Amino acid sequence: MTNSNEIDEISGTNTTGHEWDGIRELDTPMPRWWLYTFYITIIWAIGYSILYPAIPLLSGNTKGTLGYSSRGELADSITAAQQGQSQLRAKITASSLQDIKADPQLFSYAKAGGQAAFKVNCVQCHGSGAEGAKGNPNLNDDDWLWGGSLDAIYQTISHGIRFEQDDDTRTSEMPAFGRDEMLEPAQIDQLTTFVMSLAGKEQQDTSSTGAKLFKDNCASCHGDKGAGNRDFGAPSLADQIWLYGADKATIVQSIHNSRNGVMPAWSHRLDELTIKQLAIYVHSLGGGE
Amino acid sequence: MDPISTLIYGGLAFVAALCSMYAASQAQDTVFYVHMLILTLAFGLAALALVRQCSFQTVTNEPSSSYSDSIIRYGVIATMMWGIVGFSVGLLIALQLAFPSLNLDLPWTNFGRLRPLHTSAVVFAFGGNALIATSFYVAQRTCRVRLALEPLAWFVFWGYQLFIVLAATGYVMGSTQSKEYAEPEWYVDLWLTIVWVAYLLVFLVTLIRRKEPHIYVANWFYLGFIITIAMLHVVNGLAIPVSWFGSESYSAFSGVQSALIQWWYGHNAVGFFLTAGFLGMMYYFVPKQANRPVYSYRLSIIHFWAVIFLYIWAGPHHLHYTALPDWAQTLGMVFSIMLWMPSWGGMINGLMSISGAWDKLRTDPILRMLVAAIAFYGMATFEGPLMSIKAVNGLSHYTDWTIGHVHSGALGWNALISFGALYFLTPRLWGREAMYSSKLINWHFWLAMLGIVIYASSMWVSGITQGLMWREYNDQGFLVYSFAETVIVMHPFYVMRAVGGLMFLLGGFLMAYNIWRTIRDERAYDQPVSQVITVGA
Repeated sequence: MTNSNEIDEISGTNTTGHEWDGIRELDTPMPRWWLYTFYITIIWAIGYSILYPAIPLLSGNTKGTLGYSSRGELADSITAAQQGQSQLRAKITASSLQDIKADPQLFSYAKAGGQAAFKVNCVQCHGSGAEGAKGNPNLNDDDWLWGGSLDAIYQTISHGIRFEQDDDTRTSEMPAFGRDEMLEPAQIDQLTTFVMSLAGKEQQDTSSTGAKLFKDNCASCHGDKGAGNRDFGAPSLADQIWLYGADKATIVQSIHNSRNGVMPAWSHRLDELTIKQLAIYVHSLGGGE
Repeated sequence: MDPISTLIYGGLAFVAALCSMYAASQAQDTVFYVHMLILTLAFGLAALALVRQCSFQTVTNEPSSSYSDSIIRYGVIATMMWGIVGFSVGLLIALQLAFPSLNLDLPWTNFGRLRPLHTSAVVFAFGGNALIATSFYVAQRTCRVRLALEPLAWFVFWGYQLFIVLAATGYVMGSTQSKEYAEPEWYVDLWLTIVWVAYLLVFLVTLIRRKEPHIYVANWFYLGFIITIAMLHVVNGLAIPVSWFGSESYSAFSGVQSALIQWWYGHNAVGFFLTAGFLGMMYYFVPKQANRPVYSYRLSIIHFWAVIFLYIWAGPHHLHYTALPDWAQTLGMVFSIMLWMPSWGGMINGLMSISGAWDKLRTDPILRMLVAAIAFYGMATFEGPLMSIKAVNGLSHYTDWTIGHVHSGALGWNALISFGALYFLTPRLWGREAMYSSKLINWHFWLAMLGIVIYASSMWVSGITQGLMWREYNDQGFLVYSFAETVIVMHPFYVMRAVGGLMFLLGGFLMAYNIWRTIRDERAYDQPVSQVITVGA
């Protein structure tokens, strides 16, 4: 332990004269650039605190000379954005879906707005390209369960499918033929073979038991040739589009348990303008009628 | 320890075991039940160990004139092991983000539960053990006195490990009080409070008994870290348990107050745990390894007090553009900006202390590790104030940029300096000439460096991309991207991040092997260097 100041040979600087476990300290002054930068940040901080809300007081706080508030900033930018769009928004609210579609300016705006709203509200089930997923219809094709016209799409978005909280929801219920013991497993198997033949996946045999079972149990909704019926949201069984899957096991399960998928009603959450834009957008995806 | 106190402590542990067993019998939920069983086991083992240790013969092991180093040996091993655990879980959750099926569809292994397991394992288990072990080592050497209150110091070590086990098992079982970096529930918090106060006492009494006239700068930082963490932990953890025998609790704070308290805690966990504490480490190990004096005593005083005073106000910058009042956001931001130079004071003092010994960087991989740590410290403490500026934060907040920032600090600064300290300590504590393999240290250094660079740069790119995509409007005034679309874009960066993490973990394994071989190595000094207190110079 030395108490007198020494000079460190390499740097030529005095030490403080203390030593701990062999560690000494130099008495180097603070680097000037460091000190002045520190001062500048302090001055900047004081300046910023004068310009912006900064100091809490007994009631409220200093407002800052610029009159800034983050809520105010947000409100301004929302107002500015809405003002820029206000004419188009008012027109869309006032026009029918068909008129919107006919007016190129309105149509392009509504489509863009619908796309933005779709990405927030719909992609979770229908996919970011509206390509759908198991149990969630693809919206790009022309296969529509409940109708693909502008009005039909608008109705579906507004009130949902089998959404019990909405009185105007579209609804229907396919029986669970197996679970409720309306058909024997063997019959479901035969029926499945016939259903698959409707889509050309099996050789069709109209005299088979399966064909008879279909006529008795399914044709009332799905049609004699399995063309489907939009009044009941009964899908076409004669095309290659299968909502839950086209393999035999999946179809057996569909008949056994039924599916009865649900879509929420959006009129409770989105405003009229947004739903109209959504209808325009979904209609424009490729399958609109 | 004399036999009577050994018996008393053993008895206390036994009573604690009985109390835990009773609490287990009254448990209101599974988490509490399992935790009380763990406590029963831990206290039971402690009682058994203490009673077996009790001997009425004269104590002949470590003479009281030497330093108390066996606790630090335990600390080195614990640091190394928890490091491996923490890095491994980190790699797993990085892979989960890239490949979600790795969540395995099990509640115990999903990202939400493993993420706090990772953060707590690296910050508190790895970092905390490194801090406790090095602080005990440094305090003894720089005070020239044996560790005070040794039995209590052992309690601190084992009590802290118990805290880690309780926290980790709690996360996996889904127990959380929903406060980031402070997830453990009320009774685990209480246990940590007891352990931490014991830590403070051991450290403080050691300082008070010092045989040096002045307190060395490293100890200022360690003490600042211990005191502030105690305060942060107690205030943020204030809660009312739903039942004395259940794991759930209500926080004393709600709404925006809760958020502010949480980030006052969270930011200063970074400021005092990961900055002040590790600066204490730097101020000892860098001058020792470089064998050079500390660059500037005056700088160390000014930057110490400036860091301590300014850091504590910076938390609100985590809550920009939220319900937090504007004035608090402003203060959080300006204090963060003012913190830039005080933080850099530590970097300057660390790097400049090597002047006169720069040539050693070519030959000494341990010094190279310490220098790289300081460089990352400097980068992270520049980036931090930058990100606290509201305009920058508007882009960076909630994106991977934050993750990149945190990891360049955590992997670059905290982990590298801890690795350096472990490599410094191991030969000295086990009385070996040097580490088993200098080459392996070098490999560890480069694996870690490359890993950090890959990790941080992929997160910077991904974070800025994410931030820009979230805010992109088309010319008609509508948002362009859905959230899911931004997630798809992140995928390659998440894979790259996992590669970086894997390299860092491999480096950790090399270190563990190297330490293990060093300890096993028979080439030893006749008398371990660390056992002798050098008197005078």
